[in-house]
Amino acid sequence: MPEIAVATKNLWVSYNGLTVLEDISLEIEAGRFVGILGPNGGGKSTLLKVILGLAPPSRGQVRVFGESPQKLRHRGEVMGYLPQKPLINPRFPVSVLDVVLMGRYGRIGLGRRPRPEDVDLARRHLEMVGIPHLAARPIGEISGGEQQRVFIARALCVEPRILILDEPLISLDACAQDDLYEMIYGLKEKLRLTVLMVSHDIGGVARHVNDIVCLNRRVHVHQPPPIGRIPLESTFGCSVEYLFHGEIPHRVVKIHDD
Amino acid sequence: MTDFFTLGFLQRALAAGLLVSLLCGVLSVFVILRRMAFIGVGISHSAFGGVALGFLLGVDPLWTGILFSVGVALLIEWTQTHGRVEEDTAIGIFFAASMALGLVFLHLSRAYNVDVFGFLFGNLLAIGPRQVTEILLVTGGVLILIWIFFKELVFLSFDEEMAWVSGVPVRLLRYLFLVMMALVIIVSIYLVGIILVSALLVIPGAIAQNLSRQIRAMIGVSAGAAVGSMVGGLGVSYSMDYPPGATIVLLLSLVYLATSLYQSRRRSSPAR
Repeated sequence: MPEIAVATKNLWVSYNGLTVLEDISLEIEAGRFVGILGPNGGGKSTLLKVILGLAPPSRGQVRVFGESPQKLRHRGEVMGYLPQKPLINPRFPVSVLDVVLMGRYGRIGLGRRPRPEDVDLARRHLEMVGIPHLAARPIGEISGGEQQRVFIARALCVEPRILILDEPLISLDACAQDDLYEMIYGLKEKLRLTVLMVSHDIGGVARHVNDIVCLNRRVHVHQPPPIGRIPLESTFGCSVEYLFHGEIPHRVVKIHDD
Repeated sequence: MTDFFTLGFLQRALAAGLLVSLLCGVLSVFVILRRMAFIGVGISHSAFGGVALGFLLGVDPLWTGILFSVGVALLIEWTQTHGRVEEDTAIGIFFAASMALGLVFLHLSRAYNVDVFGFLFGNLLAIGPRQVTEILLVTGGVLILIWIFFKELVFLSFDEEMAWVSGVPVRLLRYLFLVMMALVIIVSIYLVGIILVSALLVIPGAIAQNLSRQIRAMIGVSAGAAVGSMVGGLGVSYSMDYPPGATIVLLLSLVYLATSLYQSRRRSSPAR
């Protein structure tokens, strides 16, 4: 039986009385590269935040490696996370290496200084994402693609078992996108990670990931779903189940057999 | 060691000014990076309610001021995390309500002869030995806390959500920072008063952001700008007989203007 990295059961999330995610049950196997697709406002980022423990479910439960996200964090096991807008203030006066080191802060502990091992680890992760030469540069003065790599290095620096990426490709050109996919796939293999990635890029996701989750929170879909089952299957070459509510019952993630 | 109790009023003013400007200069970097300038305004104005309560009850306005400011700071934070109110809305409400409460307290206490003007605009030259001791304690305490939690404060300023995900106790540190701000504001009120105190927490950091690209350098520049303007401002105020608090704030503003011009000229020039 393969280990389950993420499991949700009858998960509901609402903000201010608005339902964002509705009755979601899914299981994600450890060691897979999972793409999460869906229209804008479909609840993709919310699902990630619930898995990370940043947003509380209104109903139902979420388990990461068999435990609630809060409990997991409390035990000191943290997840690697690349938020949608990782650089809130582009003038923030820190270097690339400082940013990657931040990934260690939770592990180093309150009030302690980073040790030489932590700095070494940060440098190794910068090498892994292919930008060791940028370590001393101010974070706001490198390109968007390079910044994305810095933040992936920071996410890896917590030494997670699971890596969660929210739209990592959004500001990158096609070439840089392909490079990033390759890199993430390589890192997943090397570090034996489970990777969850939210994306708009249907074609790219289809070429690079193991499994696909389609997410649309809506209770009633008045328009036809954005992707039909048949074209999806032929595009992806694997069977896919939807999470379109109202019209099609919701079950997600079907592992495709390689 | 110099005994503060034997200092003359000028030396006391200078000692208090140096300590407070150093403290505000350091804290200002985090205020700027965390975009909390308006919270500073909110906390300092709510201190007015606390100070007036002190007059009404006949106790030291410092203590009621501290209680009030810390209370309002925590309330702003609480409303924002538990209610559906945005932080700036919460600040706007508490700030006005505390000022109004202050006026009512003053009215009830019938204490029109007290130095309300001094609290509103500061009166550095009237600082007593006790105030210097209080300033010294707060300066020492807050600087030590910043030193201990330096890396966490930087991470929180950079990205709070990410800090939480990485296992940093964000809630605790947020409250700690608010309490530190409230304490610093209260002791700085002697210098520049309630109306201008937020300038000391905002302008030095803004100057430093114009001039530095590394956080440690930014702290140095910010503290330097604050201390420099304090000494310069006191000098100008003494020789021209201007009100000291206002002179210091005007000097800081001029330095900010100059560094902004420098910064924009450097950015628009082709060679970097």
